[in-house]
Amino acid sequence: MSDVRDGAFDEFLDALEEGDGYYLECSNGHGLLPPRRVCPHCGDRELTRRPLPATGEIVTHTSVAVPTPQFDDDAPYVTAIASFGPVRITGIVADADRTDVEIGQPVAVDVEANATTGERTITFRLQ
Amino acid sequence: MSNTIIAGTGMTPFGPHQDRTGRDMFAAAGRAALDDAGLEPEDVDEVFYGNFVGTITENQGHQGPIAAEALGTTAPSRRVESACASSGAAIRDAVRAVRSGDSDVVVAGGMERMSNVGTAGATDALARAADDLHEIRAGITFPAAYALMAQAYFDRFGGSHEDLAHIAVKNHENALVNDHAHFQQAISVDDVIEAPEVAAPLGLYDACPISDGGAALVLTSAEYAAEHDLETTVAITGSGHGGDTMALQDRRELAKTPATRDAAEEAYDDADVGPSDVDLVEVHDCFTIAEVLALEGLGLYSYGEGIGAARRGETCRDGRLPVNLSGGLKAKGHPVGATGAAQLIAVASLLEGSHPRADAVEDATLGVAHNAGGTVASATVHVLEVVA
Ligand SMILES: [Zn+2]
Repeated sequence: MSDVRDGAFDEFLDALEEGDGYYLECSNGHGLLPPRRVCPHCGDRELTRRPLPATGEIVTHTSVAVPTPQFDDDAPYVTAIASFGPVRITGIVADADRTDVEIGQPVAVDVEANATTGERTITFRLQ
Repeated sequence: MSNTIIAGTGMTPFGPHQDRTGRDMFAAAGRAALDDAGLEPEDVDEVFYGNFVGTITENQGHQGPIAAEALGTTAPSRRVESACASSGAAIRDAVRAVRSGDSDVVVAGGMERMSNVGTAGATDALARAADDLHEIRAGITFPAAYALMAQAYFDRFGGSHEDLAHIAVKNHENALVNDHAHFQQAISVDDVIEAPEVAAPLGLYDACPISDGGAALVLTSAEYAAEHDLETTVAITGSGHGGDTMALQDRRELAKTPATRDAAEEAYDDADVGPSDVDLVEVHDCFTIAEVLALEGLGLYSYGEGIGAARRGETCRDGRLPVNLSGGLKAKGHPVGATGAAQLIAVASLLEGSHPRADAVEDATLGVAHNAGGTVASATVHVLEVVA
């Protein structure tokens, strides 16, 4: 684990850890995660910080059997994309077997250490 | 717009060549292409060289000059990196260089060496085609990213792992006669279904192998080819390039690939043709689901209809639209940086009748090559036509 931080991305993880998650929204309603200075969908630079909804919904998911080395001890694990209002987040679904997870299922989001490297990892919990 | 002539092609066999340096593989491919064109290294004006993970697997940056030296020249060169679409993008840039009149003769191609770092090393390197902050750190591997798209496709349009299995079976069957293929081995639908899972719903036989190899084309202007009496059977008549967001989470639609659609529309317009003119196609099937997404993005199938194409036999070699007669990435192999170039070589040789599967498309005059990078955040499409 490195002491060097990745700017606004790590600030976002700090906020998620403190239960104070947020996302960025452009004037046209596109939801984004930091670091962003501009919306890639419409070019708008008026990005407003909005509170992240407490509950999201699984958009798609997979169960990873062959991981990258950074997740060797975590595998097999379920990873998913979940929508929280207008923003979508990618994370690992904690303590879940692939048969537990379905599209549309509600999840909460947090930051947890992964089992392999201890690196901070965006993590969903089934609600 | 004047045509860009494919004057020569060359490639190494694809497969595990872990003890072979990248520069040696590109030298073999590039020299074969120059010989095929009947041109010399001093004729080359520029080199466009696709490569994805050479900075990781060979600890080598600035590979352009190495690629040029491998051809026997110190002509201006650059390495083009767009993940798995690296040599598709290199060819597109090369076509533009020729069309602009800046260059008469260019070599465009690519090389990848991956098996030397093992499966774990290659899995890690290939994952770099995804977004490091938002995807890799959330456990996404390259197969996992495509599995997320497959799951979304099934949810939106239906389909099953068995539908995907028919794609793998078809592409392995096509490669049986291809001596340059990584696999020359028939597989069954049951083999695919029962293979170890990599990222659900995708298993080992839904995935392309980790391959090494090089591929290169010599491209010239039509005027140069005429002046120098070069063989001018096949030309690149259309070129397109599309883009999308890097991370899947930023896309509203995970069951479609708009970058492919955009690249295809541009390439068809450029060649003044449409999807109904396509006689054969080589698409980017890094995973079985990717072939489905490609056929629909290329406008060859309506959204939701591509999933059953191989099962119905339509994309098999005796079907109405043969897809991946070379074996595709799935069976021919996927040395990432060489793949886009190898696809054009397959289409060109099928059109001119020299490919071992050319008997399946005897009357074909127009073929398409589709190359995709990452989860199709980059896509290139080239239209090739018989011009002589
Ligand atoms: Zn916007």
